[in-house]
Amino acid sequence: MNFNATLIGQMITFAVFVWFCMKYVWPPLMAALEERKTRIADGLAAAERGKKDLELAKSRASEDLKEAKQQAQEIIAQAQKRASEIVDDAKGKAEQEAEKIKTAASADIEQEINAAREQLRKQVAAIAVAGAEKIIEREIDAEAHSKVLEELATQI
Amino acid sequence: MSYESSGEYIKHHLTNLTFGQKADGSWGIAHSAQDLQEMGFWAINLDTMGFSILLGVLFLWGFRRVAKKASTDVPSGWQNFVEMIIEFIDESVRGSYSGTSKLVAPLALTIFVWVFLMNAMDLIAVDLVPWLASPIAPYLKIVPSTDPNITFGLSLTVFALVLYYSFKFKGPGGFFAELAFHPFPKWMFPINLVLEGVTLIAKPVSLALRLFGNMYAGEMIFILIALMYSGGWALGLFGGFLQLGWAIFHILIITLQAFIFMTLTIVYLDMASQETH
Repeated sequence: MNFNATLIGQMITFAVFVWFCMKYVWPPLMAALEERKTRIADGLAAAERGKKDLELAKSRASEDLKEAKQQAQEIIAQAQKRASEIVDDAKGKAEQEAEKIKTAASADIEQEINAAREQLRKQVAAIAVAGAEKIIEREIDAEAHSKVLEELATQI
Repeated sequence: MSYESSGEYIKHHLTNLTFGQKADGSWGIAHSAQDLQEMGFWAINLDTMGFSILLGVLFLWGFRRVAKKASTDVPSGWQNFVEMIIEFIDESVRGSYSGTSKLVAPLALTIFVWVFLMNAMDLIAVDLVPWLASPIAPYLKIVPSTDPNITFGLSLTVFALVLYYSFKFKGPGGFFAELAFHPFPKWMFPINLVLEGVTLIAKPVSLALRLFGNMYAGEMIFILIALMYSGGWALGLFGGFLQLGWAIFHILIITLQAFIFMTLTIVYLDMASQETH
């Protein structure tokens, strides 16, 4: 163990190396490590946020779907109601129409009957007159007895 | 290179390549123990100093390359490795150092990597580099941490920092109080001063000697194992197994010693920067 100036040389070298390390090696490396740390933390936070967003969107979508289904249900129900209403309406109208036609037909029939009755009466009157003529064997003054004959006719 | 005896071989491997002023006034490389004696203090160990600087530059260059283009993208290869070390050091410093100094973490990084690299030179076969360099260098020790100059150079710098931090954070009065009024009552302060003084001085000495002793002993065992290669094929084969085993075990030691040096440095600086005792 003999000491010599190597000791001093080593001390100076050591000091210079530590100074260099402190100035040019440690700070940039440490800064890079810190920066990466924050970047990773940010990335993780973003991923977490994305997950939460996805969850939210999913729940919202399912809610929307539920609502849409409900609306569809309502629309279908309304449509059915409307359809039955229309059918009912149409039925009512048809019945009315049928009634009207029936009434008109029965009025016609009444008229026809009346006309036929009138005609029949007239013919009966004529037959009666003819019969009477035959009975009496002489021509009666139609004009003079028409009143009597009319009376007779109405009684038939 | 041939050796007269195994003693010669060992001695040769433990001698530094020293440059200094010889007795006749000329500057040059020491070729004998007598040369070394005559050179005195003002000589420099070219081998350990050179390898020490080389390894330090290698470390700073390797780390600086990453630092210059450090990106926050996915790290790859070398950057990944560097970041792993940085985080390891950062964690160690955060765990042991309670202050907020900007110096301690880079200091710890430098110590850990540099000392590790210097120790790792031990894993290169003991004869290889000296043999390659034999035409130009009569001696060559390639493991800087087996040179007490190197380990004391490190520990004394750390000690200077410990003193500086002590003065800075405790003030001269506080520092003196810590040394003088503890562990016995105040009126016994001379005894306290001696006790605490020894404790203080023991810090750099133990720091340097621990590293030096471990690495010197390890190197010595490598040299002794290498001696077995000249003792016939059976001994040589056995030596081969021993060398492999010792080298694998030594990987643990070199890492551990680098780590211990770093951790103790952090702890000493932490103690120095605590304001109250």
